[in-house]
Amino acid sequence: MKSKLCIAALLVAFTSLPAFAQQSAKIDPAVVERYVKSAFPKVPEGWQSRVDQDETQRVCTQYHNEPPKAEFDKILAREKAAVVYPADGKVIGNWKEGQKVAQNGRGGQFSDPPGTVSGGNCYGCHQLSGTEVSFGTLGPSLRSYGKDRKFDPAEAKLTYAKIYNSNSVLPCSNMPRFGYHKVLTEQQIKDAVAYLFDPESPVNK
Amino acid sequence: MKTANIFSALAVAIMLTAGGGVAAQNATEVDAEKELERYRAMINDPMANPGYLAVDRGEALWELKRGTKNVSLQGCDLGEGPGKLEGAYARLPRYFKDADRVMDLEQRLLWCMEHQQGLDTADVIKRRFSGPGRASDMEDLVAFIANKSNGMKFEPQLKHPKEQEVAAAGEAMFFRRSAIMDFSCATCHAEEGKRIRLQGLPELFKPGEQARQTMGSWPTYRVSQSALRTMQHRLWDCYRQMRMPVPEYASDGITALTMYLTKSAAGGEINVPSIKR
Repeated sequence: MKSKLCIAALLVAFTSLPAFAQQSAKIDPAVVERYVKSAFPKVPEGWQSRVDQDETQRVCTQYHNEPPKAEFDKILAREKAAVVYPADGKVIGNWKEGQKVAQNGRGGQFSDPPGTVSGGNCYGCHQLSGTEVSFGTLGPSLRSYGKDRKFDPAEAKLTYAKIYNSNSVLPCSNMPRFGYHKVLTEQQIKDAVAYLFDPESPVNK
Repeated sequence: MKTANIFSALAVAIMLTAGGGVAAQNATEVDAEKELERYRAMINDPMANPGYLAVDRGEALWELKRGTKNVSLQGCDLGEGPGKLEGAYARLPRYFKDADRVMDLEQRLLWCMEHQQGLDTADVIKRRFSGPGRASDMEDLVAFIANKSNGMKFEPQLKHPKEQEVAAAGEAMFFRRSAIMDFSCATCHAEEGKRIRLQGLPELFKPGEQARQTMGSWPTYRVSQSALRTMQHRLWDCYRQMRMPVPEYASDGITALTMYLTKSAAGGEINVPSIKR
């Protein structure tokens, strides 16, 4: 009897674990969208897609970024297919330009003048160079990133994919999909990869 | 003179934050945080906080007769009865039967202006955020009214089904990822002790001290903007950084988020206007 109770308790514990979203108050998603619509009733041309969610954003929201296995796999497959690699296969650009991408947090905001060059704002969330003390901690430290990976070209290619589309590596990652959303250009992503993988980059010093 | 003192103190605080070598980084951070805390305590003084000028202006606006009916806002019911200000902010947003809607303070003030004063609010909404040479009636009124709840604790109003719906919608919006950075509020505010660059981020997704302190210190005087700002402006700025379009002022969506955050801040003491960076 006791063991049955224990098993029942375990089952309850396990079935409720991944369903973090269930802790939240129940509300019809259509009602939520009405509230969203009230906050963004009129948007500039070309901006509606920022208010509406794509399938990955919708699923990650639904599961508070912890999707069950089946959804996890679906996102992984879809986002992997959405990565566009450089035609010439070269994923490493200029680390000095990459440093600018890492430092720049501008672009894409409604307050930005048209033509503002977007940055990746890597320092907003990551430690990179040892000499830059103003770094955020939402993401892991990337000190010695390339060096730690022995400057392996396969790792550099994976890093290109990660920056282009973080969800192609980890579904529901907190990191933006910089290439997928065209926040960064192909060249900027290559330069950011160089900042991580060039032995001369301060990241690896 | 007072302003000069504030700015020199701020400059010292900023220097302390930015200074220090890598080796001493953690120690420097702790010192800087202590120094910032000391600075905050020092300027958290009604006589040194320019936010209190907004409180005074707000009081005058509250008593000002205007609109087609040429009456003041003193007959406005903010939930505690017509003209009753004490504790009103501590129990907003809430459901109002006459409007059949859950409203935050800004929405309710606009409702009273339109329905009781007969005031065309287009100009008031246009000046919703102050700027150089442009005063904001809304910022001043909110500063005045919120200040009347000082020393009281947030009591989120969640008995009415519409209040419950608004809180649930706010929670869902807090976790809703969108736009070109895939951000939600939770991206930055769901874990304790995280920061963007050197800016510390309050953890707001569950009831706790950080939610209480955050909500209990808005409206605030933003030194960097030389302006009194309310939660409407804070959320406007968050959506700007999330690369979303300009959020609609005093909309049900913004009120939903405010309701959710107020729920997390239940029991938190109000001390406003505060003063922040």
